[in-house]
Amino acid sequence: MHWWLPLKGSTFAGPIDGLFIAILIITGIAFVLVEAGLVWFIVKYRGRPGRKAFYTHGNTRAEVIWTTIPAVTMVALGLVSNHYWVQIKGRDSVPANAYPIAIHAKQFEWQVTYPGADGQLGTPDDFTVRNQLHVPVGRPIVVHLSSEDVIHSFYVPQFRVRQDVVPGMDIKAWFQPTVPGTYELGCSQLCGLGHYRMRAQVYVHTPEEYDAWMKQAAQEAKQ
Amino acid sequence: MTSVAATARVPHAHHDDRSFIRKYIFSTDHKIIGIQFLFVSLFFLLLGGVLAMQMRWQLAFPGQPMPGGGILPDTMAPGGVILPEYYIQLVTMHGTFMVFFAIMPLLVGVYANFLIPLKIGTHDMAFPRINMASFWLAFAAGLVMFASLFVPDGAARAGWTMYVPLSARHDYSGASLGQELWSVSIILLGLSSILGSLNYITTVINNRAPGMTWFRLPLSVWSLFITAILGLLALPVLSGAAIMLLFDQVLNTHFFDTTAGGQALLWQHLFWFFGHPEVYILILPAMGMVSDIIANGSRKPIFGYHSMVFAIVAIGFLGWIVWGHHMFVSGMNPTLGSSFMVSTLIIAVPSAVKVFNWMGTMWRGNLQFHVPMLNATAFVAMFVIGGLSGIYMAATPVDMFIHDTYFIVAHLHYVLFGGSLFALFGAITFWFPKMFGRVMSEPWGKVHFWLTFVFYNCTFFPMHILGMAGAMRRIYDPTQYDFLKPMQPMNVFITVSAYLLFATQLIFFVNFWYSLFKGKKADLNPWRDNGLEWSLPSPAPHGNWETVPTVYRGPYEFSSPQVAEDYLPQNKKLPTDREPASAPLAGH
Repeated sequence: MHWWLPLKGSTFAGPIDGLFIAILIITGIAFVLVEAGLVWFIVKYRGRPGRKAFYTHGNTRAEVIWTTIPAVTMVALGLVSNHYWVQIKGRDSVPANAYPIAIHAKQFEWQVTYPGADGQLGTPDDFTVRNQLHVPVGRPIVVHLSSEDVIHSFYVPQFRVRQDVVPGMDIKAWFQPTVPGTYELGCSQLCGLGHYRMRAQVYVHTPEEYDAWMKQAAQEAKQ
Repeated sequence: MTSVAATARVPHAHHDDRSFIRKYIFSTDHKIIGIQFLFVSLFFLLLGGVLAMQMRWQLAFPGQPMPGGGILPDTMAPGGVILPEYYIQLVTMHGTFMVFFAIMPLLVGVYANFLIPLKIGTHDMAFPRINMASFWLAFAAGLVMFASLFVPDGAARAGWTMYVPLSARHDYSGASLGQELWSVSIILLGLSSILGSLNYITTVINNRAPGMTWFRLPLSVWSLFITAILGLLALPVLSGAAIMLLFDQVLNTHFFDTTAGGQALLWQHLFWFFGHPEVYILILPAMGMVSDIIANGSRKPIFGYHSMVFAIVAIGFLGWIVWGHHMFVSGMNPTLGSSFMVSTLIIAVPSAVKVFNWMGTMWRGNLQFHVPMLNATAFVAMFVIGGLSGIYMAATPVDMFIHDTYFIVAHLHYVLFGGSLFALFGAITFWFPKMFGRVMSEPWGKVHFWLTFVFYNCTFFPMHILGMAGAMRRIYDPTQYDFLKPMQPMNVFITVSAYLLFATQLIFFVNFWYSLFKGKKADLNPWRDNGLEWSLPSPAPHGNWETVPTVYRGPYEFSSPQVAEDYLPQNKKLPTDREPASAPLAGH
């Protein structure tokens, strides 16, 4: 059983997990203060015969304090989050040297098109493999997402990356894997009765392994 | 004094010579309409629970025959084994029934109807016949949605959010009539809510009793008033979107058909432009009623009444500019994501203010833990968790990871069950005497509360951990994924807790029905409360007051030094009180 976030498999995992932990600390403090306060009040001010409640309609200073503190905290959190958001999803966030892969989603499979030896999509040496996403480690990857039919969603938990795949739109998402290994790509947007089995295997290779795989897969695809 | 009052009685309120049908079926009495909504939506609450139980079986024991599942037809569960196409119908219809036909009508249909005229001191709604039409439209909508469970190719199956193009094209979803009935039902329901909202707004503005100024309104009325404004503005958007969807489904229009130039994201913008105000429709009335109950249970004026009102108004306003936070990873322009993130984080502020003021109300109180107070306190404790977990998904980078996982499922159930439903258990118990003239059983109410509190947390808290592990929502068989296989014991734990939680609700249903017929007879004011409704007999008669009461103070004057007892009703005239200058509008 996992009790924590999955393995950190991409460069996004650092900032996203960091933010998650920061929010966990902020909300954890708020949670403990409120719940402990509630329990304390419940015990301390429980009704007893002869006791009368303190007659008050409030306190302006208290209102100002407990409006300001959450407001400042939330705005600060928004600024920090936005800093990372722009790096991860901003319009110009995709690195220029990112390695392109096209993924076409349809009920209920992922068709992954690789750029072939020239490293460019849309050339004759492109080839397509079903339900297998092979990527080299340590290099930014940009996936060009398109859909045949309904909305799907590209999700690899270890990469902390998710992007809806919308019919009629070409959407780019990027990530940089950091740990070689085998992961799973799942559809995370309800796409029909086969939604639950719309999965693909993700292989993060070392650059040498990747080149070897690429040669072999291109051969097989030609046949 | 009594003889004077007797001779002053107006005959029409005294002699109730309406036929049975006029009195209980096609009634224009706001209290009967509220009670009609109560019975119908409790039925749908139970139905939504039954659907959830089937889902939970499949998630814990995928592919195994469900006990009692043999009675389902082969198109749903052959041999008791739930099919994927039936599972996604369960997902869709559980959400649909709970949001549109259980929580929303329980909060608004029941309590806006029942409480507004009683609490502001008037005879009935401004438009009683429109009010009746509102109920019967909602009833028709419920019937249509219920019927869609039984059509040959099954109910709608695109999730309660009905994302296009899956919902718009039958070849994608595999359902036709079921999808169309969903659209028809939602159009009817939207119309019903529009009529209801119109009525609540007009009534609150025009029909307040003499002396009932805006800042003497109970917070329940304030929240229902703001909710009605949200409903009046949001529901037309939903109905409009549902009409477009229905046209796509049956007339082959192409609003959402991307193969013919339609826009898939258009639906999401329309749906969530309705959908986020809807979230506040589902929580604001609960906040209002909890405020009333906490002041009563603490025997203390509400702390920071004005802040509470401004917080309700702020939530009502900000609720319109946060819808994009449902769409951070939808393909929407990421720059919009930034602005929606900021507005979403800001909306946490008025929510926090409310929590602190509830705590301030309990501080140095004389806490009376009757069943409504227990549930209201649980509301605060659970709403805090639901509110704080919302901050994770408001932060866009974190949302990219936890969006559409069980973290969201946990969050929304902490708000809708831990929030709205606990508030409703409190509200039903609190106003039961005024509705039916009897009191619900206190011991059984406490047993129900504690068991619900424990099993509820056992059911929904572990879902946060599932979500952190990356478990996606709406997955028929989580063991398809290797990374989710180790999480399966947690799914079993959640399912067992969910069954116990469901079984516990039977205590509530039995208590409800038993108390309806055999409960202890209630006196005028069993909770020693200040609201105007408690000056009426239990149950309150048709037309409420013969002469509307006069209001001399706010609704939360508990433990006031002016009187010996620890409550001071809004309409009780003390020697120092002056008559209000004039009524906002003469009663009819």
